[in-house]
Amino acid sequence: MIKFFLMVNKQGQTRLSKYYEHVEINKRTLLETEVIKSCLSRSNEQCSFIEYKDFKLIYRQYAALFIVVGVNDTENEMAIYEFIHNFVEVLDDYFSRVGLHVLQLLLIEQPLPAASRLAARAGTVSAK
Amino acid sequence: MVASSLKLQELIQEIREAKTQAQEREVIQKECAHIRASFRDGDPLHSHRQLAKLLYAHMLGYPAHFGQMECLKLIASPRFTDKRVGYLGAMLLLDERQDAHLLITNSIKNDLSQGIEAVQGLALCTLSTMGSAEMCRDLAPEVEKLLLQPSAYVRKKAVLTAVHMIRKVPELSDIFLPPCAQLLHERHHGILLGTVTLITELCERSPAALKHFRKVVPQLVHTLRTLVMTGCSTEHSVSGVSDPFLQVQILRLLRILGRNHEESSETMNDLLAQVATNTDASRNAGSAVLFETVLTIMDIRSAAGLRVLAVNILGRFLLNSDRNIRYVALTSLLKLVQSDHSAVQRHRPTVVECLREPDASLSRRALELSLALVNSSNVRTMTQELQGFLESCPPDLRADCASGILLAAERFAPTKRWHIDTILRVLTTAGTYVRDDAVANLIQLIGGAQELHAYSVRRLYSALAEDISQQPLVQVAAWCIGEYGDLLLEGTCEETEPLQVEEDVVLALLERVLQSHMSLPATRGYALTALMKLSTRLHGDNNRICQVMSIYGSCQDVELQQRAVEYNALFRKYDHLRAAVLEKMPLVERGGPQVNEAAKESKEVAQLSEAAPVPTETQVRGPGYPWGKSMVQLPYPALTLLPSLQASKLLDLLDLLDGPSENAQHPPPLDPTPGDTLIHLLDLPCTPLPSAPIPNLKVFEREGLQLTLSFVRPPGTPTLLLITVTATNTSGGDVTHFICQVAVPKSFQLQLQAPSGDTVPAQGGLPMTQLLRILNPNKAPLRLKLRLTYDHFGQSVQEIFEVNNLPVETWQ
Repeated sequence: MIKFFLMVNKQGQTRLSKYYEHVEINKRTLLETEVIKSCLSRSNEQCSFIEYKDFKLIYRQYAALFIVVGVNDTENEMAIYEFIHNFVEVLDDYFSRVGLHVLQLLLIEQPLPAASRLAARAGTVSAK
Repeated sequence: MVASSLKLQELIQEIREAKTQAQEREVIQKECAHIRASFRDGDPLHSHRQLAKLLYAHMLGYPAHFGQMECLKLIASPRFTDKRVGYLGAMLLLDERQDAHLLITNSIKNDLSQGIEAVQGLALCTLSTMGSAEMCRDLAPEVEKLLLQPSAYVRKKAVLTAVHMIRKVPELSDIFLPPCAQLLHERHHGILLGTVTLITELCERSPAALKHFRKVVPQLVHTLRTLVMTGCSTEHSVSGVSDPFLQVQILRLLRILGRNHEESSETMNDLLAQVATNTDASRNAGSAVLFETVLTIMDIRSAAGLRVLAVNILGRFLLNSDRNIRYVALTSLLKLVQSDHSAVQRHRPTVVECLREPDASLSRRALELSLALVNSSNVRTMTQELQGFLESCPPDLRADCASGILLAAERFAPTKRWHIDTILRVLTTAGTYVRDDAVANLIQLIGGAQELHAYSVRRLYSALAEDISQQPLVQVAAWCIGEYGDLLLEGTCEETEPLQVEEDVVLALLERVLQSHMSLPATRGYALTALMKLSTRLHGDNNRICQVMSIYGSCQDVELQQRAVEYNALFRKYDHLRAAVLEKMPLVERGGPQVNEAAKESKEVAQLSEAAPVPTETQVRGPGYPWGKSMVQLPYPALTLLPSLQASKLLDLLDLLDGPSENAQHPPPLDPTPGDTLIHLLDLPCTPLPSAPIPNLKVFEREGLQLTLSFVRPPGTPTLLLITVTATNTSGGDVTHFICQVAVPKSFQLQLQAPSGDTVPAQGGLPMTQLLRILNPNKAPLRLKLRLTYDHFGQSVQEIFEVNNLPVETWQ
């Protein structure tokens, strides 16, 4: 099960965070800093799966943006890896460029007609 | 009413234009003030815009709790734009811990039952995001109804909400169980995916559901087969694989259903083989599906051929250039290695290749897997590889690697020499990372391999000469040089190159070890003892060694000082015994699981037996005679010990051999100087003499009845005294109802055994005897108080008296 979903820029600032299980606010910041630290310190040579406490972290880098997903033990890491890419593709399809403020617009302005198509893809997001 | 109702875009523009954090905060605070005022005054036309701006501010991290009630108002409004923003706000601002959240329940209920798709969709979305347990319970029936709605959009959202509800409130599974089977026949992938997830959640939480859903395995198999076999619809294909997410989810469900269930597993077998063969693994999506297939095969009761297929897939993954795939493969192989060992063995070369990975997590996995794969046939090659890895691996893996190699060597070593070589190599490469008992193990191993003594000592000597910083290595080398120094100097050994070693060089090396600041105190101890042993093994004169001992006699470290003083004593006063004391050690007995203890014990035994030779029951052996195993038997019971109590244990030895009264001089209790106890011990005769008989003692006499005490001190138990009370009657009348009671001082333990009778017949008839056992742990002077009651000449007599004049031998 997905525990959390983070989008972080290269400077270490969290751009988006979505927690699927309740975590205290101060614990969230702590978690995020640690997770970001371990992801940013990886080189290109290393694989995208990290073990962190009792989560598995799967991260993927897109230009200046890191997308990190934390899952528990039962998930298939490669499927999540594919899922991250799918998610980014959806956003990309929708908006010409996956920029920093795009998600804010995405969440706030939900044009109706496109919602159904988005929902079809996003169905995979929510199902996890 | 406050003017300036900015549109959201304008607000965003303004915020972006702010150059600093402070400016941004200003803008937002100003806007929030407007928003608060607007909420208070009520502005039905623009409130959605206000809320939208507030939500944006919330996402940037500013407080927005005052918008919660506004959300509720907007949700209740009939206009769609309002509802939309209201629900969005609810999702972001309200959660279980806010009290306000229950208030939405009614609104959601109303929205769910009205027919407009979009609204229903919104409501379901919100419910699935932040629905608390109470809300879920209330609204479950509504959601269930929506599961069968004609609109696919609504159905899908309803399924997702059901998943959330089950996660929150597992008891609702009864409600959601029936529709599932029907939903599985959906064509819409979104719904299908949601349904499969729902079934997975149900099965994970309730065994009854699990049984129920075993029926649908054929249906699932059919669906998956269609997915895999038919061409992919462009809508759902990801890099050539048709809907990998759905495939993975179905496979996971199959895994849960097939676990421990023969029948289901059988139905799946063909399908799994099909998926495995037909999926294209060149892209990540395909690999993901294959990986899930492998996980499923491993978990269910699959046919043997299928398992081999799974292992082969993993092997292929290992060859893939993508690091992620290799990582995943190594992790899975590690899980498989116990159950399918031979299959995994086939991929051993690839695994070993992975040791060379620059990525730390990969090389760690590879290390664990390699260690698990070592067996007796490949141990030589594997150890070679692992040692190569040890030389170059990052420090955090070194300890694991070193102990892994040593363990593997211990279990599968083909020859002793190879074993010694391997341990030696590990010690030279990663000496500081090995476990503490590695030294003891190696010493024990070398000691046991008699034919390899010369070889070992030479190898160790060369290693030591090169580098004295690796402590375990130095310890072992010092010990060996001490023990087998003569082999080092004399002659040649076929197995190594001829090594000309001078005595002086050896001594200089050991002295260097002693003086080096890198040496631990334990190492110095080893070196000191080794030097001492060499005094008998080498042929030169021992001035140099004597000097070292005297220097260390005033060393700061108490342990070293004690040793040095003892050895000094050996030189000065007991030179004639030095050779016997410093003979070669007997073979250490290694006792199974207590290997470490035994080895440590034996080291202490060795030390002790060096300081205090224990003679055998037969005769003293001359120097040069290796102490056979029989020698070892005797000291062991007396020498189970703690190193710091060396002195007191010497006393136990003294007790053992005590007996003859000529050594009546009582040795001082704890902490004498080592020299003194040596004196006592070494002055003893070599054979224990039988104890001299103690004279009997007459303690009582009255009218012909006599009581005599006779004493026996059994040699084996120094604190035990056996007294036999003998009552004899020389008078004319019988003594009847004779009872004898005995009391002893507090520190003694007394045991009275049953008398032979209670009548002492007259005129020298059969005497009555009674045995007393007295334990005297403190060696205090023995006193007895006796009480006798009997009938004699028609009178009852009671006598109480003390016996104070017992012979000294009874209690010393």
